Amino acid sequence: MEVILSLGIGVFAASGIWLILRPRTFQVIMGLSLLSYAVNLFIFSMGRLKPDAAPILNTDKPINPAAYTDPVPQSLVLTAIVIGFAATALFLVILLALRGLSGSDHVNGREPR
Amino acid sequence: MIAVFLHHIMILPIILPLITGAALLFVNERRKLLKAALALAAAGCLIVIAAILVYQAADLAPRADVYHLGGWAPPFGIVLALDRLSAVFLLMAALICFCALLYATAHWGRQGAHFYSFSQFFLAGVNGAFLTGDIFNLFVFFEVMLTASYALLMHGSGLARVRAGAHYVVINLVASACFLIGAACIYGSAGTLNMADLAAKTAQMPADSLLICHIGMGILGIAFLIKAGLWPLCFWVSATYSAASAPVAALFSVTGKVGFYAALRLSLLLLPAGAGMRAALCQILFCGGIITLLFGFIGVLAAQSLPRMAANFMLVSSGTVFAAIGLDYPALVGAALYYILSSTFAVSAFFLLVEPVERSQDAAANVLAVTMEVYGLDEEEEEDEIGFYIPATLAILGACFALCAILLIGMPPLSGFIAKFMMIIGVFRPQEPAQAAVLPSASAWLFILMLALAGFAQLIALTRAGIRIFWAPLETAVPKVQISEIIPIAALLGFCLTLTIAAEPAMRYLDSMSAELRAPAHYIRSVLGSAAEKGKNGG
Repeated sequence: MEVILSLGIGVFAASGIWLILRPRTFQVIMGLSLLSYAVNLFIFSMGRLKPDAAPILNTDKPINPAAYTDPVPQSLVLTAIVIGFAATALFLVILLALRGLSGSDHVNGREPR
Repeated sequence: MIAVFLHHIMILPIILPLITGAALLFVNERRKLLKAALALAAAGCLIVIAAILVYQAADLAPRADVYHLGGWAPPFGIVLALDRLSAVFLLMAALICFCALLYATAHWGRQGAHFYSFSQFFLAGVNGAFLTGDIFNLFVFFEVMLTASYALLMHGSGLARVRAGAHYVVINLVASACFLIGAACIYGSAGTLNMADLAAKTAQMPADSLLICHIGMGILGIAFLIKAGLWPLCFWVSATYSAASAPVAALFSVTGKVGFYAALRLSLLLLPAGAGMRAALCQILFCGGIITLLFGFIGVLAAQSLPRMAANFMLVSSGTVFAAIGLDYPALVGAALYYILSSTFAVSAFFLLVEPVERSQDAAANVLAVTMEVYGLDEEEEEDEIGFYIPATLAILGACFALCAILLIGMPPLSGFIAKFMMIIGVFRPQEPAQAAVLPSASAWLFILMLALAGFAQLIALTRAGIRIFWAPLETAVPKVQISEIIPIAALLGFCLTLTIAAEPAMRYLDSMSAELRAPAHYIRSVLGSAAEKGKNGG
């Protein structure tokens, strides 16, 4: 599982960085989304991978910490997703404004010659 | 009773702007005057609160005042921690924000929607970043600040601003990704994100997880240094700052300081003097600072327009402080902080001054015309502008320009000079009595040389600009400047004057702050130790 996860993070991050460096705004925004997926998965993995374990304590039974997964990265990731989502949405609006004002979808607002 | 009250004041710099900003959303856009008055009142209250906090932090020193959000004890709960460093930065941010808002009432506040709300949210994010004692919480406040700043940067619209804004947003989203990766690495290796707890844990960490923790800190540092504009992460600075409208650029001069604050706080806390990685970090900061300084003053000389020149002053200022911090001399930290206060006030005054000065020239008028076109503003809106215009405009603008120049160059008698003088003295002051005979190192000489060169370059650039603007025969009409535009500039320069006159008490405050920062044990103990006596103070 570790290999699959790290490969996934790596592929997401690599494609994200490649797309961010592209000249078209749509590619940049896709790149930013992919990069944020990679980051979110990375944060999640920092709580150590543990299958079949819940992050929420069940107080009916005596508590054995080893049976639970770390809840902190999950809450961090939730916050990061929300903030990243909002920032990406805002960015999309800015890109539309740039497209409207400049008539070009190049990141510099004008077509290269 | 009073003590409890003072303790709870600490949360106000975050919630007061948040509430004001949210409340302002419900005031109709047409009632500009009411909006401006509310925003100004909130910013004014914040100045008072920050001043109280400055005194309170000094009272409690060397302990930090710790506020448990929601009553959860650290290291599990999120805390706010107030010490002298955060208090001074809070006061600086509140003063600059007030001046920028007052300036905006004259003209810019009418150029688009929700300017005052965004400025309040921006202030909430900045204040939160100064107060928080938790790395992830720092990320959240950074994002609050940045999201507001995206909107503020594009305030007034126009192609130049939107284009600069798109670049700014991409850069900051990538920086946020770096921030998250760094924070995750730190959590993965140390199991905590509370700054004080982290400092206590890194002291006794096995080598392999310490390595990951240091990598995390390095990636985190990239995010801070992008904000602070350290070379080679500073190429966005001049494009962004020169595209922003005048009050927004003045507000943005605080953003860089947030990055600097976070870098300083975490580096002194997590890599205390004597730690292995500290020397490497200081070297990076020093080299980066010197190159930023070089880049900045070449930029100042090459700048074609005043806004671009002002943006390069930002770079010179951040390069200077990073080089000073990177030298890692105890006496330099206090002097560098004094320099930050002085230069930030001077740079924001310059940003505010640039727009009225350029109003007589055509370039600025064109930008304004574009803005009005986009928003469909008619000429009659123009007449709607209430306000008194000042007499003897050119004389007053010229005097302000000269004062700004003296402050930025670092000529006597104002605070810019005192700051540079104390930084140079700090290099020569021995660290320990035993080292009294040791001459400053080569890097210290390089620092002094660059400081002098930067001052000289700024002198040339500002003299040239001053002659071109104020002494050249006027072909266009004398600019009309409102009183509410000139008062904030005068106030910012007045703060520098106050810093000059009160240099001794200010330096005493800053010096004891730097002593505190270099001995973070008190900070750590007051955050972690107060967990036991939580019930007493409440949260």
